[in-house]
Amino acid sequence: MNKDETELIEAHEHPLDVYLRDGRIPHIFCPGCSLGSIATIIVDAILEANLDPKNVSVVSGIGCTGRIAGYLNFDSFHTTHGRAIPFAIGLSVTDPERKVIVVSGDGDLFAIGGNHFIHAARRNADITVICVNNFNYGMTGGQVGPTSYIGQFQSTAPYGSLEEPFSLPYLAASCGAVYVARWTALDVRRTKESLVEALQKKGFSFVEILGSCPTTFGRRNQLAEGKKILEYFKEKAILKHGADTREVDISKDSEFAVGKFVDIEDKDTLTDHLLQLQKIAKASARKGGKI
Amino acid sequence: MNEKTEIPNVRTGMHYTTGNHAAAEGALAAGCIFFGGYPITPSSEIAEHMSIRLPQIDGHFVQFEDEIASIAGLLGASWGGSKSMTATSGPGYSLMVENIGLGMMTETPCVIVNVQRGGPSTGLPTLVGQQDIMQTKWGSHGDYEPIALCPSSVQECFDLIITAFNFSEQYRLPVTFLMDETLGHMSERLIIPAKEKIKIVNRKKPTVPPEEYLPYKPDKDLVPPMATAGEGYNVMMTGLTHDERGYPVITAEAQELNVKRINDKIRLNKNKIIKLEEYMLEDAEIALISFGSTARATKGAVSRAREKGIKAGLLRLITIWPFPDERIETLADQVKVIMVPEINYGQITREVDRAVHGKTEVKGIFKLGGALHTPEEILNEIERRVK
Repeated sequence: MNKDETELIEAHEHPLDVYLRDGRIPHIFCPGCSLGSIATIIVDAILEANLDPKNVSVVSGIGCTGRIAGYLNFDSFHTTHGRAIPFAIGLSVTDPERKVIVVSGDGDLFAIGGNHFIHAARRNADITVICVNNFNYGMTGGQVGPTSYIGQFQSTAPYGSLEEPFSLPYLAASCGAVYVARWTALDVRRTKESLVEALQKKGFSFVEILGSCPTTFGRRNQLAEGKKILEYFKEKAILKHGADTREVDISKDSEFAVGKFVDIEDKDTLTDHLLQLQKIAKASARKGGKI
Repeated sequence: MNEKTEIPNVRTGMHYTTGNHAAAEGALAAGCIFFGGYPITPSSEIAEHMSIRLPQIDGHFVQFEDEIASIAGLLGASWGGSKSMTATSGPGYSLMVENIGLGMMTETPCVIVNVQRGGPSTGLPTLVGQQDIMQTKWGSHGDYEPIALCPSSVQECFDLIITAFNFSEQYRLPVTFLMDETLGHMSERLIIPAKEKIKIVNRKKPTVPPEEYLPYKPDKDLVPPMATAGEGYNVMMTGLTHDERGYPVITAEAQELNVKRINDKIRLNKNKIIKLEEYMLEDAEIALISFGSTARATKGAVSRAREKGIKAGLLRLITIWPFPDERIETLADQVKVIMVPEINYGQITREVDRAVHGKTEVKGIFKLGGALHTPEEILNEIERRVK
C-alpha cells in the first residue's frame, strides 16, 4: 500500500493486491459469479472498519464461498463442511482482541452447519458471519439447498423444489443475532457500509448477501448469466430498513426486502461471559471454594 | 488463602481422586487453557472439572452444541495459540472423526480424551469397554498416523496426559488419550509433582520473518514450525491437499508429498513415541499383551502364574498407536504364545497377529464390554494353555 495510484496503474497492480495471497489468482470462480466482487467488498469493509489486519482471521467452510478465506491475505482458515462457526468460536474466545469473520455459503452454514449457526447466535459469540446465498450447492453441481425457493429447479429438484426455504434474517434474528442485514451482490456500497457496521459490532452479527450463480442456479432457472441474476435482484429487491424479519422471506418471482433489519446495542457476548466466569471462579476459590 | 495468591494450574501434593479428575488436572498441568466439549457418560466429570478449574487460571471452558462443534472449536483454539482439549466417549468420538482428519491434515495440536464404554452405538453408556482402538487408528478417511496413549492407573491418567499434550505439540497432531470407564471412575492415590519437575513441550515457532515463512515446510524431524493467528504470519490452513505455502494444490504429486510427510513424521519418530512397560518378560515363555484397565488384572494373573511356576510375562502397551511392531516381533521369537486380554472382540489381538508374522501363536481373551477380566479368568486361560 506504499505505492501511489499512478505507480500502481503503471505496474498493473490494484491497491487491494496486498490483501490477496501471492500466486492464488486466477481464482476458481465462474464467469458471472459474484464472489470476486464480494471478496473485494469484504476487504474494503475490513479496512474501512479500521481493524488491524494482523488481528483479523477469516474462516470458511466448504463450497464456492468457502474458498474466499484462502484468497485473502489475513490469517485464513479453510475448515470442514459446516464447521466454520465452531472453529471461529475457538479462535475468537482465546483472544478477545481478535476479529473473527466467517464467510461461507447457504448450504454450508444452514444445512450441514445449521446447528452451529443457531447456537453461536444464541450464545452471542463475538464473530461476524457473512453468508453468500446463491440458492443452491454450486461447487457440487447445483443441487437444491436450504434456501432454494419453492418452484426452483436444481439437479436434485428436477421437478421444482417443494420445500419451504429458510428465511435467513428471520432465523438469525430469532436465535439472538445482534445485527442482521441482507443485501444483494449488486448493492456494493450498501453492503460494504453494512459490513463495516457488522464488523464493528460487539457480538454475533450476520449479513446475508444474495449472490449470482449463473452456472448451476441461473442456467436452470431462466437466469443463465450473472447479469440477468443481478437484474433480477435489482427489479425485486425493496429497501426496507428495520423490516420485521418475519416478513422478509424470498419466493419465486416476488419482491423481497433488503436492508438492515436488526441492530441491538450492548448485549453481553460469549467472550464477556467467559471473562466474567474467570472473575467469579477466582473469587470463589479464594473464599475457600473448590479448586 | 491470601487474596493475591494466584490459583495454580499445578496442584502439587497428594490427592485421592478419580481417573477423570486426574486427567483433567494433568491437562491443566500440561498447559491446557481451552476445553470444548459436550456431555457424555462416562467422561462428563472431566468437562465438569474443567468448568470449575479453567476459569480460575484464565482459561476458557465452552460447552458446545455437539461433539462436532467441540473438536472444531479445539482446532480453532489451537490455531489461536492455546493448548486445547476435549473429553468424550465412543459415540462422541465417532462424531469427531471428520475434524480429527482436519487436524491431521492441517497438523493442529490438541488432545482428545476418549473414556471408552461398551459399543457399538449407544451400547453400554455406564460400563467399561476398550472398543475404540481401531476407530482411533482408522476413524477418519484417508491415510494418517495417529498417536494414542493409554493409561492404566489414576496416577498415569495425570502423568501420561501431559505426555499426550507434549506429543501433540511436538509432532503437531491431535493425540487421543484412550481411557476407559473403569479408570475414569475409580479412585486412587495421585501425587502431583512440583510444577518445575513437570516437563512441558511447546510447539516449534517460526524462526524466520513472515515474508520468508512457509507454513508447511518441515524441519529435519519432518515437523514444520507453527505460526498461529495474530502473530503477523498470515497463517493459511486448509483441509485440501496443500503445498509448503499451505495453498491448495489438487494434484497427485502434491498429495504424495503432503500425505507422505504427515504419516512419515510419526513413523520416523516412532521410537520416541512408543512407550511400553515390561513385567517379568526376560525369561517368559508365555507373553501377555495388555493395556488400560485390563492390564491391571493381567499383571495380577502373571504374578499368580509365576507363583505356580509358569513362566508368564506382561507387555503393557502405554502407546497404542503407533503400534510397537518391532518389540512384538522380537517377543514372538522368544515365547510360545502371546495372549491378549482385551475388552473387545479382537482389536489389539488382530494387530499383534499381524506383527508376529506367524512366528508364534496369538490368542485373544475377549470380553465384549461391561465387565473387566478378573485375574482368575486370565490365569485360567494361561493354565489351560500350559496343560
